[in-house]
Amino acid sequence: MILALHDFWSAHGCLILQPYDMRMGAGTFHTATTLRALGPEPWNAAFVQPCRRPTDGRYGENPNRLQHYYQYQVILKPSPPDIQQLYLDSLKVIGIDPMKHDIRFVEDDWESPTLGAWGLGWEVWCDGMEVTQFTYFQQMGGFDCKPVAGELTYGLERLAMYIQGVDNVYDLAFNQHGVTYGDVFLENERQMSKWNFEVAETEALFDLFRKAVAECKNCLANDVPIAAYEQAIEASHIFNLLQARGVISVQERASYMGQVRDLARGSCEKYMEKELPRWSAEYEGWTA
Amino acid sequence: MSDFLLELRSEEIPARMQKGARADLEKLFREQMAAAGVAVGEITVWSTPRRLALIARGLPEATEAVSEEAKGPPEGAPDAAIDGFCRKNGVTREQLELRDVKGRNTWFAVIEKPGRAVKDVLAEAIPAIVRAFPWPKSQRWGAASLSTESLRWVRPLSGIVAIFGEELVECEVGGIVSGYATMGHRFHHSGDITIGSADDYAEKLRACHVIVDHAEREAIVREGAAKAAADAGLVLVEDEGLVVENAGLTEWPVPLLGRFDEDFLSVPPEVIQLTARVNQKYFVCEDSSGKLANAFICTANIAAEDGGAAIVDGNRKVLAARLSDARFFWEVDQKTRLEDHAKKLERITFHEKLGTVADKVDRVAKLARWLVEEGIVKPSPLQGRGLGEGASVASTSTEVPLSPTLSPEGERENLANLAEQAARLCKADLVTEMVGEFPELQGLMGGYYARAEGLPDEVADAIRDHYKPVGQGDDVPTAPVTVAVSLADKLDTLAAFFSINERPTGSKDPFALRRAALSVIRQLEVSQIRLPISVATRLSAIRVIARTRGGAEGKNAATAEAAMKNLRLANGEGFVERYRSELVESALDNIVEEVVQEVDEKMPHLLEFFADRLKVQQKEAGVRHDLIDAVFALGGEDDLVRLLARVHALQSFITTEDGTNLLAGYKRAANILKKEGVVPAKAGTVGEPDAGPGAIPAFAGMTGESLSYTPEIAEKALMDALAAAAPKASAAIEAEDFEAAMAALATLRTPIDRFFDEVTVNDPDGDKRSNRLNLLAAFRAAVHNVADFSRIEG
Repeated sequence: MILALHDFWSAHGCLILQPYDMRMGAGTFHTATTLRALGPEPWNAAFVQPCRRPTDGRYGENPNRLQHYYQYQVILKPSPPDIQQLYLDSLKVIGIDPMKHDIRFVEDDWESPTLGAWGLGWEVWCDGMEVTQFTYFQQMGGFDCKPVAGELTYGLERLAMYIQGVDNVYDLAFNQHGVTYGDVFLENERQMSKWNFEVAETEALFDLFRKAVAECKNCLANDVPIAAYEQAIEASHIFNLLQARGVISVQERASYMGQVRDLARGSCEKYMEKELPRWSAEYEGWTA
Repeated sequence: MSDFLLELRSEEIPARMQKGARADLEKLFREQMAAAGVAVGEITVWSTPRRLALIARGLPEATEAVSEEAKGPPEGAPDAAIDGFCRKNGVTREQLELRDVKGRNTWFAVIEKPGRAVKDVLAEAIPAIVRAFPWPKSQRWGAASLSTESLRWVRPLSGIVAIFGEELVECEVGGIVSGYATMGHRFHHSGDITIGSADDYAEKLRACHVIVDHAEREAIVREGAAKAAADAGLVLVEDEGLVVENAGLTEWPVPLLGRFDEDFLSVPPEVIQLTARVNQKYFVCEDSSGKLANAFICTANIAAEDGGAAIVDGNRKVLAARLSDARFFWEVDQKTRLEDHAKKLERITFHEKLGTVADKVDRVAKLARWLVEEGIVKPSPLQGRGLGEGASVASTSTEVPLSPTLSPEGERENLANLAEQAARLCKADLVTEMVGEFPELQGLMGGYYARAEGLPDEVADAIRDHYKPVGQGDDVPTAPVTVAVSLADKLDTLAAFFSINERPTGSKDPFALRRAALSVIRQLEVSQIRLPISVATRLSAIRVIARTRGGAEGKNAATAEAAMKNLRLANGEGFVERYRSELVESALDNIVEEVVQEVDEKMPHLLEFFADRLKVQQKEAGVRHDLIDAVFALGGEDDLVRLLARVHALQSFITTEDGTNLLAGYKRAANILKKEGVVPAKAGTVGEPDAGPGAIPAFAGMTGESLSYTPEIAEKALMDALAAAAPKASAAIEAEDFEAAMAALATLRTPIDRFFDEVTVNDPDGDKRSNRLNLLAAFRAAVHNVADFSRIEG
């Protein structure tokens, strides 16, 4: 399935990239999305990104909720006029027949307070299940996207469930020799759910959060915005873990999110600042 | 005459925006045509997820030629002025005409504006409409978005069809050029469809699996869903919101029924319905006994090759996962007792200046108990209709009297305990997983969890219903425990926000205080509850204000007691005693005086707010707002039940002939007194404790004092009538027999009329004059005892 998508998007001009090697909540955090959505240069890329959402853990007992799963992400900047059709064509190559399944574009505006980003778009439904998030980025890191990028985020497990016709994610066949998704990940889900919700040492997490914040600032002071952005990713994930452990009160929540947003914004701002002279030179009249 | 068709095609428009968009499209089109002088008749506007369409029937081919005249300078004006006038109007000097204006020759320009082809008008109007379109949210897209000035639309705009008669209206906006071609259904049809005119538009689309008329799609969803349910031997739970939403999500709607695992029915039906509706936009069904059935109806956007079997199966899986999650929440939540959930409220801020939800709950619990202990909310059956015992699902007991074997005191104590218990738990469900997922289930889930852990039904019902009544048509609770908690919750919210000066202004009411006040009013009315609002709200206000002032350490009962004397509270000693213990308990000490002062400063605003809400609410019942004012102006009245009874009596009286004439007599008396500078006792002090209600200024004839002169007949008659009527009216008011009070006033009508007819107030004799003024002042005071007639209109 991944190979089919790689082939498809590669044929449509996308770079095929590898996952970012950090824990993150969504493919959108990948620098190939966040940072590349900034600035005037065209950028077309596709990649798989493992995602971790600690609060979505269900100890392996929910048929389609996981605290660790895979997204397939495509970013097309500027968004091409036939982007919806391209997307539907890509569903066909992985075996989803739109005359048999009910494909729908249902309003879902996207906002990431921690990235200072928002966009308009849809969640794409396949027979009532959200299988893709489809977004036209309008702002990233607090900056207007000029031009606007189209982002497609496929939920690989969910699509696979449709294609294979199984009710439970753990029943997905991983190969043709009887190995299932459950064989690979079920125990992982159980243990990680337990760790996320019950075991993780919260003091250490708070400490990690503080260290990431400090390091991000250090990076910004030393003019390395990509390194700073990595620390923002780190802080964001630690914050999610603290949420799962239930140790962040409602009052504190806004303040933590504000801190992460400031890191992400600061990184984007510095990244823009560094690139701006080149962009302004190549794209006459372009400003942030 | 020709018909005009406009179609604006785009990527999927959110369902909830389509209705507004149709109205906006028609409005903008009419505005554009009006500005160009094109007469517009019937307009049809349709929407689908992918297009907005407008058809205007019978537009003229051209606008009419108009000739306009412009008045210029007078004959003999400087050349520069005349040349300027010509330039401005685009005429030459030779084309000017001289006309006589009031005896003076003046230059006129006659400007002929030829008619314009409507096709040209339309070509200009379309881009203007697109650019001005007021979408609630819009976006940029594509290569053009390199600039933030690029065209905005709700989602990328992809095509424009504009045909006038059978001719193309050529126009362009944001790089999109108008044409004859549109697209059919996303999956049922590929390639372009060429539209010939407004007449074949809908039918050509229908042939390509697009029903462009939203109303027709709505009917298909509505009737199709009902039929699918009936075919399965079930009854559809109707939901017009879902009908419209599903019609807004489809161009070719096909309702399909599916089943989910019966085991999920262990989850409360409201949860299942909400999950199905909110997350999946499914209808649900009931069996013949009205119980939720294990069926759902989804609306597909295609007529699938397999009749929809795969679609239903897919949707079933999704719903199963959702319900599995709901069941997970339902089970996890029940592992913790409500009282333990309630402890977590300490971590939730209610408002930054008002502390946590736990703080609020504590105030509500104390107030709920107080309402019962004071006998305001009674254990005996409450009058009125509404949400009472067994009125809704799963409510079994709550039959009053609560415990027939208890003494009245015991019963009251029992009720007070239940009310406090329910109040302490009423917000606990806010921290449950289920309410976290579905905030609209607050209260309801608390009720379920309370029952599941074996708490008394009265407590569970109160937790479930304490947010009610929420809107105009909502049930009003009448079960005593529920009433106590519901009233306490809302009174506390109002008192708390008024304590920090967060009052609604204009259209801004972020904390829904108007709704809270209205909800209190309705409950008081329905159950005829005699509540001194200013006392009850002060209880919460004292706690809030003491807290915002930081509160002092140590206890100083003497200071508190001294301060209590400044609290001007009606209704006897019992309340004051309680305030003292409240104040002492809060350890307010030396700051108590400031606190009480602040409370006294702020709470009158709340009472005024209630008066305003009452006026708005009573307006619908036909009660005059000036009469409410007239009674409120007396001051000291904060028992809305009594107030309304008085207003009703006043309204029946004032519309009688006696009433109208008495009002006229009153106004005359008041005017004379005003001219003579005899001021009435200030509103608000009429009911002052020292004066006692019904204090009438002394006047000869009442006090038995003899006069220095022989009063005229009419004068004597008024004196006698007043001496008889004033105490009668006062006594009747005291006894809350407002009809009798009005009747007593009515006896003054003839004497006052006669007095004005026959007696000169402004007599040269000083004694006569002053006695007559005193008499009028006494008359005015007697009337004021019933209501402040100066506030009455007419």
